[in-house]
Amino acid sequence: MYVAVKGGERAIDNAHAWLAEERRGDLSVAELSVDQIKEQLKLAVNRVMAEGSLYDQDLAALAIKQARGDMIEAIFLIRAYRTTLPRFGNTNPIDTGAMECIRRISATFKDAPGGQVLGPTFDYTHRLLDFKLAADGEVLEAPVSAPRTEPTPRIADFLGREGLIQEEAESDDTPPDLTREPMELPGNRALRLQSLTRGDEGFVLGMAYSTQRGYARNHAFVGELRIGDVAVEMEIPELGFTIKIGEIEVTECETVNQFTGSKSEPPQFTRGYGLVMGQCERKSISMALVDRALRWRELGEDDMGAPAQDEEFVLYHSDNIQATGFLEHIKLPHYVDFQSELELVRKLRREAEANVAEAAE
Amino acid sequence: MVDQTARKDWMSLLAKAPAGVLAELWQGMEDAPEFTHLRAPEIGAAMVRGRMGGTGAPFNLGEMTVTRCSLQLGCGTVGHGYVQGRDKAHAERAALVDALMQTEAAAQTDMTLLQPLRAKMASARTARAAKAAATKVDFFTMARGED
Repeated sequence: MYVAVKGGERAIDNAHAWLAEERRGDLSVAELSVDQIKEQLKLAVNRVMAEGSLYDQDLAALAIKQARGDMIEAIFLIRAYRTTLPRFGNTNPIDTGAMECIRRISATFKDAPGGQVLGPTFDYTHRLLDFKLAADGEVLEAPVSAPRTEPTPRIADFLGREGLIQEEAESDDTPPDLTREPMELPGNRALRLQSLTRGDEGFVLGMAYSTQRGYARNHAFVGELRIGDVAVEMEIPELGFTIKIGEIEVTECETVNQFTGSKSEPPQFTRGYGLVMGQCERKSISMALVDRALRWRELGEDDMGAPAQDEEFVLYHSDNIQATGFLEHIKLPHYVDFQSELELVRKLRREAEANVAEAAE
Repeated sequence: MVDQTARKDWMSLLAKAPAGVLAELWQGMEDAPEFTHLRAPEIGAAMVRGRMGGTGAPFNLGEMTVTRCSLQLGCGTVGHGYVQGRDKAHAERAALVDALMQTEAAAQTDMTLLQPLRAKMASARTARAAKAAATKVDFFTMARGED
C-alpha cells in the first residue's frame, strides 16, 4: 500500500530560507562574488568543471557559491544544468601536442626538448601556512623571460622512435558517450577514459594509490605532465567548414609503465593516459594510473583480482553524483518501508519466543 | 569552392574573444547595421573530444558551453557567430562582425575591430608565455672535488 503523506511544506520553505541566510553568513563580512570565486578559487572551479563535465568557469563558480563550498553539491548543480543544454555537436579531438603549455615536466628525461617548465605549481612549497595572506593581499608580479619558441614534443614520441613504447593505434572511430547511452560493460578504453575523467577525484586518487601500493602493481613513471590551453575546433554544418569554437585549459598526463612483450614482440614500455579539463594535476596523474591498471586484458596481463583492475568496480563507483544520490536518498522518509521491517522483526521475535517457551515445556 | 581561410580565421578569433573586449571595440564602430535574426542567440553545448595518449583513438572528454547566432543584414549578407560561453549579446556581435566582414565594410571592420582584438589577445598570450618561460629549469652540474 502506498500512503501519501502531506505536510512539512512550511518546514521545508523555512529550512531553505535559513539555508540562504547561512549561505550569506555574517552580514558584517563582505559578500563573496562569483568573479572572486572564479579568479581566486580557480582550482575548485576547475574540479567542478571536470567532474560536472562542463567547461564554463562562470557556472562552476556560481555553483560553488550556491553550494556553500560543498564540491559534490556544486558538481551536482552543474550536471543538472548540463542536461538542459541542446548539444550543437561533437568537436574534433583536441590536439594536446599543440598545447600552449604553462607547465610541462617530465620525470623520465631531464633534458627533454622544450625543457622542464614548472608553471604556477605548489610543488617545492614548504606547506607552511602563510599568515601574510590573512593580513593583506598584495602580491609581487611574477618574473618573466622571453617566451619559449622551441617546440615541446611529446616525451612518448622519443621512446616511440626507437620502438621502446607501445604505440597508440590511430583511429577516428566514434567513441561511446555515457551521457547519451547507458554504460554497458565490458566497455572499451574510450568509455573508461570518459568515465574516469569525470570521476570523483578522491575515488580515482584512491584507486591509483592502491596500484602504487601493490594492488595490480604497474610501476608508473610520469613520462610527461603538461597543462595549458588548447584550441577546440568543430565543424559547423551551416558553414560546411571547421572553425575554432573556443579554447580550454586541460591537464594531460602520460605515464610510462613496465614492459610487455611476447614471443613475436620484444619488450616495450606500456602507457597510461590522463586528460582532465582545467588544471587538475592530481586527478590527471591518478587517471593515467587507473587507465593503465584497467588495460590488463588488452596488454595480456594476469587478473590479480585487484580492485583497480576491476572495470565494473571502478566505473560503477567513480561517479560521485550517482554515488551521493543513492547514498543520500536513504536519509529521506522511508516510513512505510521501515514499518514493514518493524512488523517483520516483531513477528520473528514472537515466533522465537514461542519456540523457546515450547522447548522449556 | 571559395577559399574560406580568412573567414575561418576571423570566426575562430571571435569565438575565443573575451566578450568585454569585443563589446568595447564594438563601441568604436560607426552606426550599427540593421539586421534580422535567422537564428536568435541560442545557448548550447559541444562535446569536446580528446585522443588516447594524445594521438590515438578519440574519447569524450566533457562538454563546453557555446552560444550561436545567425543573422542577415539589410543587404542580404548572412553572418554566423559561434562563441565560447553563454553570452547572447556576444554571439550576436560575433555574427554581425562575420556578416560585415563579407561586405564593403570589411576593411573598416577589420581595422577598428579585428586587428585590435587580435593584438590584445596576442599580448595576453605572450604575457602568460613569458611567465611560464621564467619557470623553466636551468640545470647545472655541481663541480665534484674528485681531482
